[in-house]
Amino acid sequence: MFVAWRDLRFAKGRFALTGTVILLVALLVGLLSGLTEGLAQRNVSAIAGLPADRIAFRSPDAGQDLSFADSAVTERQWRLWSEAPGVESAEPLGIATTRASAGERGAGVSVLGVAPGSRLVPAGDAFGGGSAVLSRAAAEELGVSAGDPFTLAGRELRVADVRGDAFHNHTPVVWTGLDDWRAVAPPSGEATEPAGTVLALTTTAGADIAATDRRAGTTTVRTGDSLTAIGSYAAENGSLRLMRGFLFAISALVVGAFFTVWTVQRAGDVAVLKALGASTARLLADAVGQALVLLAGGTLLGTALAAAVGALLGSTVPFVLTPAILVGPAAVLIALGTLGAALAIRRITAVDPLTALGSVR
Amino acid sequence: MSLELNDVTLTYPDGDTRLTALDRVDLSVPGGCLTAVVGPSGSGKSSLLAVAATLITPDTGTVTVDGVRTTGMGRGALTELRGRRIGIAFQHPHLLPSLTAVEQLQVMAGLGGRAARGARGRAMELLDAVGLADLAGRRPHRLSGGQRQRVNLARALTNDPAVLLVDEPTSALDHERGAAVVELIARLTRERGTATVLVTHDRAHLPAADRVVEFAG
Repeated sequence: MFVAWRDLRFAKGRFALTGTVILLVALLVGLLSGLTEGLAQRNVSAIAGLPADRIAFRSPDAGQDLSFADSAVTERQWRLWSEAPGVESAEPLGIATTRASAGERGAGVSVLGVAPGSRLVPAGDAFGGGSAVLSRAAAEELGVSAGDPFTLAGRELRVADVRGDAFHNHTPVVWTGLDDWRAVAPPSGEATEPAGTVLALTTTAGADIAATDRRAGTTTVRTGDSLTAIGSYAAENGSLRLMRGFLFAISALVVGAFFTVWTVQRAGDVAVLKALGASTARLLADAVGQALVLLAGGTLLGTALAAAVGALLGSTVPFVLTPAILVGPAAVLIALGTLGAALAIRRITAVDPLTALGSVR
Repeated sequence: MSLELNDVTLTYPDGDTRLTALDRVDLSVPGGCLTAVVGPSGSGKSSLLAVAATLITPDTGTVTVDGVRTTGMGRGALTELRGRRIGIAFQHPHLLPSLTAVEQLQVMAGLGGRAARGARGRAMELLDAVGLADLAGRRPHRLSGGQRQRVNLARALTNDPAVLLVDEPTSALDHERGAAVVELIARLTRERGTATVLVTHDRAHLPAADRVVEFAG
């Protein structure tokens, strides 16, 4: 790295320019990662946070995907899952989006209905039959606290408690009893009233999921996999991840282009060093080290800047940055940039040391 | 310390035929001897230097550097041999633009497997030997042509090479400075006991050499 360090200092203008591009890409990636996570939390946190390892949907019609919007499970299906071996608990969960109001204030909310005493929601035995647990965001938007009355789709309810930060489909969550949920849920089109939208299952290794699915006419997936059944989640998350992917590719291409030009410009120096006794492996290692310094510097500064912006934004926008969310994309940025640089730098292997003796044929 | 070329032939492809650059050349340079190689352009002087530097493998014949026969050696071993036992001073100094004069020599010390510790002190001694100690901190663009050539020479001597190969060191210098550089090469050759081959087109410098090998055109 002796020559590489001095090159960095000597050509600081060129390296600073490329480093700034990397910094800006890292900043954008950091901001986009925070926004992706923030939006995802407002979309799926209620389902992702359920104390259940699997979600059972009514099997969709042929050619259709799983969807919380289209699913409705029956009492029979609930009973079959409750009695299935290896299933510790099967709890119906009803989901509906509607409007809540309190006094002058109103907000769109997701109503998540659970059975009395359900462990799907904290304080599950503290409400039902005319009362509800509100997430903090729902309570803030309605301006209510425990004991206050509010209206949910025309029904008068009382706030039993304010707990958690759950969101579903970008609306804050109101936990109610199944009866209150049924009152606000749109008609399912079935002859009998549904037990819920889906079943939240806690299973053990001995559970025969496929067999129970066949008997009950359900389709069961892991809780994490069920998130794609939330209407906007897959499209929204996919778009943001695609943007981030493009930024990774742009960064790798910028770094690759810079080091292509840099290596071509240095071909004479490389030939001299080879003629003087520098091995190709050593020259490659030096050049990759130089690229790593540039990438790590730009990425660290850009990521730090993204973290600072995230801290400034606070809760004004759906933006969540944790060390884990920052480190992953930063590592990918450095890895892909190094790959781009390595592809450019491999030209070093083709430099003939003989060219240092200019007059030889 | 010696350089031996025995029965060396080197040809280059030239259309459908091959052009002979070196035809069964024998050359023996003992340590402490400055051998000047002269001849017109295209006579094979630089090819001889390239073969001696192990940058080209001859078609036939052997090259022995400081008792090490290079025939059959792999590319990696030849590269290491160049770093440790062969010093090359290029026609154009080819100093690395980002490095100061003393750093040019420190890089060479690293290539020769020398510990970084003490390399700077030794590099300063060498720069002092070529009269450039005061300019050790200057980068190439702030050195004159003669000064760059002297750094080039000092760099070639950094690892105490057994063989010193010098290619047209005076081509870009006026006569006075060229003569000073050749005198310096002759002095260093004797002081350090290197087997030195000096390729030059300027016959005015030949008196400084111990032996002269003339290549025909």
